[in-house]
Amino acid sequence: MLWVDKYRPKTLDQAIVHQDIAQNLKKLVTEQDCPHLLFYGPSGSGKKTLIIALLRQVFGPGAEKVKVENRTWKVDAGSRTIDLELTTLSSANHVELSPSDVGFQDRYIVQEIIKEMAKNRPIDTKGKRGYKVLVLNEVDKLSREAQHSLRRTMEKYSASCRLILCCNSSSKVTEAIRSRCLNVRINAPTEEEVFNFVIIKVLEFIGKKEGLQLPSGFAARIAEKSNRSLRRAILSFETCRVQQYPFTSNQVIPPMDWEEYVAEIASDIMKEQSPKRLFQVRGKLYELLINCIPPEIVLKRLLYELLKRLDVELKHEICHWAAYYEHRMRLGQKAIFHLEVHEHLQGFPHHDIWMKIRQAPEMP
Amino acid sequence: MAPVLQSSQPWVEKYRPKQVKDVAHQDEVVRVLTNTLETTNCPHMLFYGPPGTGKTTTALAIAHQLFGPELYKSRVLELNASDDRGINVVRTKIKDFAAVAVGSGQRQGGYPYPPYKIIILDEADSMTEDAQACWIIEPLASRCAKFRFKPLSEEIMTSRISYICKEEGLNLDAEALSTLSSISQGDLRRAITYLQGAARLYGSSISSKDLISVAGVIPVEVVEAHFSACRSGDFDVANKEVNNIIAEGYPVSLFLSQLFDLVVEAEDISDEQKARICKHFGEADKCLVDGADEYLQLLNVTSHVMRALCNMPEEFHYDT
Ligand SMILES: Nc1ncnc2c1ncn2[C@@H]1O[C@H](COP(=O)(O)OP(=O)(O)OP(=O)(O)O)[C@@H](O)[C@H]1O
Ligand SMILES: Nc1ncnc2c1ncn2[C@@H]1O[C@H](COP(=O)(O)OP(=O)(O)O)[C@@H](O)[C@H]1O
Ligand SMILES: [Mg+2]
Ligand SMILES: [Mg+2]
Repeated sequence: MLWVDKYRPKTLDQAIVHQDIAQNLKKLVTEQDCPHLLFYGPSGSGKKTLIIALLRQVFGPGAEKVKVENRTWKVDAGSRTIDLELTTLSSANHVELSPSDVGFQDRYIVQEIIKEMAKNRPIDTKGKRGYKVLVLNEVDKLSREAQHSLRRTMEKYSASCRLILCCNSSSKVTEAIRSRCLNVRINAPTEEEVFNFVIIKVLEFIGKKEGLQLPSGFAARIAEKSNRSLRRAILSFETCRVQQYPFTSNQVIPPMDWEEYVAEIASDIMKEQSPKRLFQVRGKLYELLINCIPPEIVLKRLLYELLKRLDVELKHEICHWAAYYEHRMRLGQKAIFHLEVHEHLQGFPHHDIWMKIRQAPEMP
Repeated sequence: MAPVLQSSQPWVEKYRPKQVKDVAHQDEVVRVLTNTLETTNCPHMLFYGPPGTGKTTTALAIAHQLFGPELYKSRVLELNASDDRGINVVRTKIKDFAAVAVGSGQRQGGYPYPPYKIIILDEADSMTEDAQACWIIEPLASRCAKFRFKPLSEEIMTSRISYICKEEGLNLDAEALSTLSSISQGDLRRAITYLQGAARLYGSSISSKDLISVAGVIPVEVVEAHFSACRSGDFDVANKEVNNIIAEGYPVSLFLSQLFDLVVEAEDISDEQKARICKHFGEADKCLVDGADEYLQLLNVTSHVMRALCNMPEEFHYDT
């Protein structure tokens, strides 16, 4: 088991990070009438961990006995029948699923499956709770229709079913859904916390459990390179352990492959703008997408790399275009197309911006 | 299903008015429906308005008051977006429901029992997104008396909240009450949820500060730090602020609305600059609704605000 999973705190009391929120959650479920919850915050900040610990708080150790199933539902979509496949994780008292995984048909999941579960799934009568819980992941990726379809279900069956929704960006969750939940923000550790406490504390905790010697400053260096993501810090800690142990304080902390790759692309763009180079860059972008790095992540990383290399005026311009094309990407479906256009802009010989990029001195 | 305890309902449901007369702030529709209860004359109606203002509540209340618990099932058909499986399904359901005849109106057991049925097409807005459904919803809508549900005023909100506080044995001072009303922005459902959250976290005496923390309002300092980074004219400094805001997980749409207020109120910014800035807030808001990335939208607005504040040219060298 990976360390990120192995050392996930199991109970709210064991939380190392977000202790205050964990204690608040405990108070929130003291009575039977807890409202629906919406957890939001950046990836790797600890949302899932708190949700799992909360379920345990509510239902006891039974909540940990989960069964993973790949299930197929046949859904009557008016004129035809469609098959929907989804992975569910369930215990006697709760079910967890990511309805957006089925893509544009997600509203059928909400209308059929989630509604049925909310309405009919029995409550474990041995349990002391009068309700069951549905955990829905990535609700920010749900289509508008799917979100709309969730509204009345959240109200109608709320006596016997609570929803715990989880997402990264709460701006993408409709006002009506947010209005139906208590919103719980889970932040990534703030800058000072990264360096001083939180992530380091988690790494030292794991180091101790694994019986490892940490040279001074080593955990701090990992924390610094973690992008403020707990998950990422723990993952690179484990990678370091595999690559070299005993640790040395100046040991290389390996970056993510795909990030290296984007940095390379950025350098390519800066060095030369020719049709040939454009073709190469396009090939590299395809490769990233084929490896399932989400296009908006690629775009943002590319922006990050280019911002390091451009002069001031172009910084403004390029963030304008990044926002413009990412939005276009949302409206259309062809990610690669828009990434290419974005790319194209840098490389297109007739635009001023191209001239500017060529003149911009490259950072050392 | 195990018997459900009354107390296991969240407060929003517990305090959903059961009678039309208890629906707050929507006087016009309440007047019409009170009349309906006397004459049993019920026009077709279309309710619209922002979340948590009483649309569903009102529709359910009138249906219950007309038919009571016994006839409710046979006389009231509630359809909502969770049933919306293609317009054919909806059409068939409505047809089948309408086909069964009703007996003549006879007041019984205290309920008017009017000789018609009620169809509640809740959340009809999402049905209109289905192109085919438009053909049904549009002509329906044109025959309806339309009622706009207004965001609840702070006074009304305060009085409803005070009532719930009394029922639940909570203590809110005047400041806390007014804070709760203003942060809920006319959405009573949100107000009730915040109140319940605060009650669980902070006990029966709830302060204004408690409510602000439950509601997840973005601290003024965060917005001000960002704003002064924009004034500095230093792109990298501002970008760092943007990264912080994202890492903190603050909802960008909320952040933008708080920043907007700051810009509008700032006295040292010319109207021209304000106009230039506001345009971009509108655009970003729309993009966010379309599902655009929060970081990119915020960074873009930030860049435009900075350019306006520092009198950098509005146009880029290259334009589409
Ligand atoms: N006008 C009102 N008077 C009294 N209570 C209200 C009113 N509006 C909302 N509430 C409270 O808020 C809750 C939600 O209201 P309701 O379901 O009617 O909202 P809605 O207008 O249908 O919103 P949505 O558009 O999100 O479906 C109710 O259960 C009730 O507790
Ligand atoms: N409160 C916490 N205390 C200690 N470690 C945590 C805590 N929250 C998260 N972690 C660690 O960080 C990892 C990532 O957290 P996770 O909950 O999966 O993030 P998210 O759901 O926000 O993406 C977890 O696997 C766990 O090892
Ligand atoms: Mg997660
Ligand atoms: Mg409603």
